[in-house]
Amino acid sequence: MQGLEMLQETPSQTAGPYVHIGCIPTFAGVNGVYPQDLGLSPIEDGAKGEIITITGQVIDGTGWALRDAMMESWQADAAGIYPGQPGADPAVTGFCRFAADNESGEYTLRTVKPGITQARSGAPQAPHIAVWIVARGINIGLNTRIYFEDEDNSADPLLKRIEQRPRVQTLIAKRTAPGQYSFNFVLQGENETVFLDI
Amino acid sequence: MRNAPTDLGSLIPRNRAIHPVPYDPDYKTSVPRSPRWPLLSLDSSVTEETGPTFGHNMLGPYDNNLIANFSQGERLAIGERIRVHGRVLDETARPVANTLIEVWQANAGGRYRHVRDSYFAPLDPNFGGCGRTMTDEDGYYEFMTIRPGAYPWPNRANDWRPMHIHFSVFGSGFGHRLITQMYFQGDPLIDLCPIAATVKTRSQLDRLVAPLDMARSKPMDYLAYKFDIVLRGRRQTMFENKMEGM
Ligand SMILES: [Fe+2]
Repeated sequence: MQGLEMLQETPSQTAGPYVHIGCIPTFAGVNGVYPQDLGLSPIEDGAKGEIITITGQVIDGTGWALRDAMMESWQADAAGIYPGQPGADPAVTGFCRFAADNESGEYTLRTVKPGITQARSGAPQAPHIAVWIVARGINIGLNTRIYFEDEDNSADPLLKRIEQRPRVQTLIAKRTAPGQYSFNFVLQGENETVFLDI
Repeated sequence: MRNAPTDLGSLIPRNRAIHPVPYDPDYKTSVPRSPRWPLLSLDSSVTEETGPTFGHNMLGPYDNNLIANFSQGERLAIGERIRVHGRVLDETARPVANTLIEVWQANAGGRYRHVRDSYFAPLDPNFGGCGRTMTDEDGYYEFMTIRPGAYPWPNRANDWRPMHIHFSVFGSGFGHRLITQMYFQGDPLIDLCPIAATVKTRSQLDRLVAPLDMARSKPMDYLAYKFDIVLRGRRQTMFENKMEGM
């Protein structure tokens, strides 16, 4: 039989407790190597749309908030156009790195609220931010999404695929004030976040 | 307003069998941090198929030299000088060009420059522990560093990490993101490490072990190790973009 001539992906390994040194060294107190950390903000001055702030924690199976998690986010601009695509807002880089606070475990993501994007099938995807979580004890990065409770999520192709309907709520940020949302990532246990294999 | 996705090809689903198991009692921190419910598997969308891109002009002159970058070339770090090089390909064997690689590691004594590392091996005043580089048009990359030391860590009573360098690689879409670790040929601690052992197939773990590469070393200067990386591929067939049933 012939071979398929396909390679296999390199196995993942945990990012470990010191991921900040490699990805956000200034946050980790390693100063002077780079001018600034990569992905400090997903937007620049003048980004079109509603500026929002999402805060929350990454919670383990015992209910404890991780102090060492690092997250990355990727999103479209307010018109639903991803950076690099024709017509994208030049003030939106779409990519952010943010970490749990060393003391409180709280994270903050300040960005522009993304617009509706289009799935391959042509179906509209409700506004969402893709998030990737890495930390000590996470052997392969966890993918998930943040949706918004004040948007119409009813036709979103990903949310529709969640069989146990109460679990949909684990992907939806709660609006706590104008422009303010809260969203916890629950790694395990009750209200465990829906994690994705995409 | 909606935007039609620029079609880069959907991502080939991840073969999770080659990856570490998320839950492994021998790696204790994985026990409360691993999801219990199955992942939701879906075809990729524009969200995962696009991703951040970075230019070579972002890199400073010392970014790819961990021996010198903490002092911006003023003083050199202590340790065994090594050059690490390799190639980034995707599963369809295409080179992954112009992609960002970030690395971090302990110093030669096994100590990280981090508030959470209290190991009594001393910090090296001339070693920060991070660096970055980009692949060229053919997917090749390289950087200079010192060989990191092994270090003890709180897990079972006497666990030690083998010498390793952490790698973060971007690829061309957010769904490509990968963090892994490079180990060194011949290190006896690899077989004792519960983190290495989260990769259950020995032949897959071996893919994380970089061989000594004397041909790329430089006499009287540095040794070399080769570490190739494979990222997820994209489906690219002539039928990919046709309507269902056509
Ligand atoms: Fe490490």
